[in-house]
Amino acid sequence: MKHRLKSILCPVVVTAMLLCMAVACGTTSIEENSNTVEEEIIEKEPIVVGFSQLGAESDWRSANTQSMKSSFTGLDGYTMIFDDGQQKQANQIMAIRKFIQQEVDYIVLAPVTENGWDTVLQEAKDANIPVIIVDRRVNVEDESLFVCWIGSDFELEAQKATEWLHQYAENKKIPAQDIHIVNIQGTLGASAQIGRTKGLQDAAEKYGWDLLAEVTGDFTQTKGKEVMKSLLQEYDNINVVYCENDNEALGAIEALEEAGKKVGSNLINGEVMVISFDGINEKARSYVQEGKISCIAECNPLLGPLVRVAIDTVESGGVPNKYYYVNEEIFSANPNITSVTVDKKEYPVTIVAK
Amino acid sequence: MSKNANTNKVRLGDKMKNMTDTNLLLTITIVVFFLMYIGAVVFQGKGFLKPQTFLNILNANAALIIVSCGLSLVMITGGIDISVGGVVALISMCCAVWLDRKGGNVFTAVLIALGIGLLFGIVQGFLVAYLDIQPFIVTLAGMFFARGMTTIVNTNPFNVENEEFGALKAARIIIPGLGSTTKKGIYVNAYIEIGVVVALLVVLVMFCLLRWTKLGRSFYAVGGNQQSALMLGINVRRTKFLSHVLCGLLAGIGGFVYFMHVGSGSPSHASGMEMNAIASSIIGGTMLTGGVGNIIGTFFGVLSLSTIQNIVSSAGLDQAWWTGITIAAMLCLFLVIQSVVMARKKKSGGKK
Repeated sequence: MKHRLKSILCPVVVTAMLLCMAVACGTTSIEENSNTVEEEIIEKEPIVVGFSQLGAESDWRSANTQSMKSSFTGLDGYTMIFDDGQQKQANQIMAIRKFIQQEVDYIVLAPVTENGWDTVLQEAKDANIPVIIVDRRVNVEDESLFVCWIGSDFELEAQKATEWLHQYAENKKIPAQDIHIVNIQGTLGASAQIGRTKGLQDAAEKYGWDLLAEVTGDFTQTKGKEVMKSLLQEYDNINVVYCENDNEALGAIEALEEAGKKVGSNLINGEVMVISFDGINEKARSYVQEGKISCIAECNPLLGPLVRVAIDTVESGGVPNKYYYVNEEIFSANPNITSVTVDKKEYPVTIVAK
Repeated sequence: MSKNANTNKVRLGDKMKNMTDTNLLLTITIVVFFLMYIGAVVFQGKGFLKPQTFLNILNANAALIIVSCGLSLVMITGGIDISVGGVVALISMCCAVWLDRKGGNVFTAVLIALGIGLLFGIVQGFLVAYLDIQPFIVTLAGMFFARGMTTIVNTNPFNVENEEFGALKAARIIIPGLGSTTKKGIYVNAYIEIGVVVALLVVLVMFCLLRWTKLGRSFYAVGGNQQSALMLGINVRRTKFLSHVLCGLLAGIGGFVYFMHVGSGSPSHASGMEMNAIASSIIGGTMLTGGVGNIIGTFFGVLSLSTIQNIVSSAGLDQAWWTGITIAAMLCLFLVIQSVVMARKKKSGGKK
């Protein structure tokens, strides 16, 4: 029995010893820390930004991460702590709590979903750390929980693209009922998918286009190709393919060409028109020049500099705009359409030289 | 003074020889955890020094602690259960639908959670213990079933907006004296979520069960050597069955605690949780071959796993795969330590 007791005691004793060590180390490093803090104040302490990115699922996301990182490099008084949430809200909440403990000066959040942020944003507010939301939105009861939101207007992107198609059809005198569209959607439930699908549906209803099918391609090239293949088997009159990002468009073009279709904007001669979004992918941009993709509505991932401006505004005591939409272009090789009008506002089309 | 320390050291070495396998591995786990945490405090300072950083690890991992306890139990009897992650996801989804869409109350949601967990435990336990099917295969099927059912219950992820549940989810237990002042001069209270209390209770109960009850001892006996256990008059089938039932029940409790932490239902919830639970158990000194393990070790195993993740991301290794690689390295290290220590002990000691 005594023997047993010893064997139980031993781990406890060792643990206790280590705990003492921990306390000892802890106190010394407090002193060290306070020393370094004093030194840094003399050199002006850098502004620390904690960035919780939702994941790394697409070209757009990678470009977005890169833009943020290059705007806060640590060279000119701004440093960034980056955390990849791997598409899970629980990870992102944990990252924000970590930032609060590390006492960052600002938190930038690219949320994976819209709901369920109230508690953790309240914690950040209680610690007096301003939060900036980028890309997708958050749905919180108290809007003062975040300083501002910076991102894209996905529905506007869709309106620009559909308006371009409408003008094109008008110019060529193609009747609305002869426009047979299939929509290769993004990941269902993503803000970009919701906005772009709604934009197309509204336009199809407004102009009387024939919207044949809406199938998700998960924002990927392989899935885009697969979906296009099966759509071609199902319908033989498709003449417009509306892809909700570039990767899907590349896949769809592969499938169309393998099926012997000609990709282009000359609908009267039996070509199939491809319309796409994002404009990040190099290959997709070269396809615009070649006319394989008739038009791309840009979705600008370069949010880093804008976040930086917002932080500078707060630093100097100002209040940035609550909702800030990034400036986004529309690319096409067609020289006849120079601008599109959405809600009485005119947006110029960037003509890409052949 | 130095002589004294020297004799102390020798005695410590002797003690190591005299310790049971379980206690030896437990000690290693605890030592490594504290070394790691101290390392983090010394090299990365600031954040790790605050009590709340440690409490956040508990807050985020309460569910994992509970689920891992159940898994350790099964692993001690020489089995495995890889369905727990799926069960947790299914429970979150069912509770979410029940609270949000069907207008149920929190109490019945808890019952649903426990019921689903128990049901999985009973069915899997029966298949493993009484029909002698490999536990890996049974629980693999269980995992697919649970993940599939989750999608059938509801495909899209959504948040629960039930007031009663919202209050429970937001409830915080403030720990006096551990708060800290930020550099902006604001005092922030230290807190834990309700799930942490549940997790600590589970650890305590399971620890007592394994150490001081007849059932607990028979778990070790069955895992150590089935034939001997049978000859000692232990009902091996019943013991195995009960280990799976308990694991299921704990997955049920863990599922609700997880649900309380995230407050939403989604088919992708708790993905990979079973693997994290297995990793935590192994780091905590539970051996896959059975017969060796300790709940306190598992508890520290979960903390180690989460601490290493924290260290990796604070160190600026921001890509997701770095976490995976470090965990793999850590698991490898622990397995090597385990086998080296056990081998040396056998060589030098021989006596128990």
